[in-house]
Amino acid sequence: MAESRPDDGSVPTERTARAERTVSAESAASGPDTDDPPSFSLAGVRDGFRACVPIALGVAGYGVVFGVLARRAGLSTAEATLMSATVLAGAAQVVAVGIWEYPVPVVALVVTTFVVNLRYALMGASLRPWFRHLSPRETYGSLFFMADENWALTMAELRSGSTQGAFLLGSGLAIWTFWVAATILGATVGGVVEDPARWGFDFVLTAVFLVLAVTLWEGKRSLAPWIVAAGVALAGARFLPGEWYILLGGLAASAVAVIRRD
Amino acid sequence: MIDLDPLTTATIFAMALATYVTKAGGMWVLDRVEISERTEAGLEALPGGIIVAILAPRLVNGDPATWVAAGVVLVVAYKTENVLLSLIVGFVTVLVLRGQAFALV
Repeated sequence: MAESRPDDGSVPTERTARAERTVSAESAASGPDTDDPPSFSLAGVRDGFRACVPIALGVAGYGVVFGVLARRAGLSTAEATLMSATVLAGAAQVVAVGIWEYPVPVVALVVTTFVVNLRYALMGASLRPWFRHLSPRETYGSLFFMADENWALTMAELRSGSTQGAFLLGSGLAIWTFWVAATILGATVGGVVEDPARWGFDFVLTAVFLVLAVTLWEGKRSLAPWIVAAGVALAGARFLPGEWYILLGGLAASAVAVIRRD
Repeated sequence: MIDLDPLTTATIFAMALATYVTKAGGMWVLDRVEISERTEAGLEALPGGIIVAILAPRLVNGDPATWVAAGVVLVVAYKTENVLLSLIVGFVTVLVLRGQAFALV
């Protein structure tokens, strides 16, 4: 494990890892401190939930659309709701109800879901500098609630020096609540939001990621990896099916960083 | 009325498991494999790369309203570093430009 991270003082180092991990309201009340490892507290859950509500509202727009599509694909309201509550992955769910038919193509559905969601492995890995200070239960429980939007929000929060280890869980609970409720609404009422783009719902994820891009921008050293990532993603989105372009773009940026280091 | 078909329910649970494997898998591997400084440099560049990769096609294939609103979000985020404010201003911009301003009332 590398000791030095010259570029980013907000990332906890091995040295601070030895510091006692306090799981109490006391540590949360002490506020963000760049030298403290993250702690897991109820206050963190609450802060994450609150911060994510506006974003979750936008996500809910798509939840309604998913509910409508699921019903059209032949799923019952209960089945659509069960999927939203247990899978909790917007893009994969929309793709799944797109290829859903009877008899159910079980293998195709599960494999497609896995491939569409592969990017989450990279997202989860990127949280490790902070999450390795948490217990396995806290870590692997929180990861269930990780979606694109609250991952982005959590990265921004932790990078700014916050010690709220429970932020991912809190923001994820907000996403989960709105996503499930919106699915029920869409599956029950149906057809309300015929054209989500007209209402700007398509812009929610774009906006969240733009804000995070600003947060992650490290000046000139970000330029080369980002340009390569954008180029690879554009080519991938054009010539490959599904969401492979996200995975490839992320890996391309990594490759540039590794090559430049040597 | 709860209407759950057994095969559909089983498929949904399998999809949930496949998804959880992706969400937890990256962290799980890093918990078990000792990583080199090179790997760490690569991991550090990942979040930015993923974000740019998601954004690039969305922006290139977006409508003019998306482009303008994206610019607005970038400027507000850069100047204020306020996530919520940036999102609201961007969202309003998209709605206004797409002629849905009345939706705000």
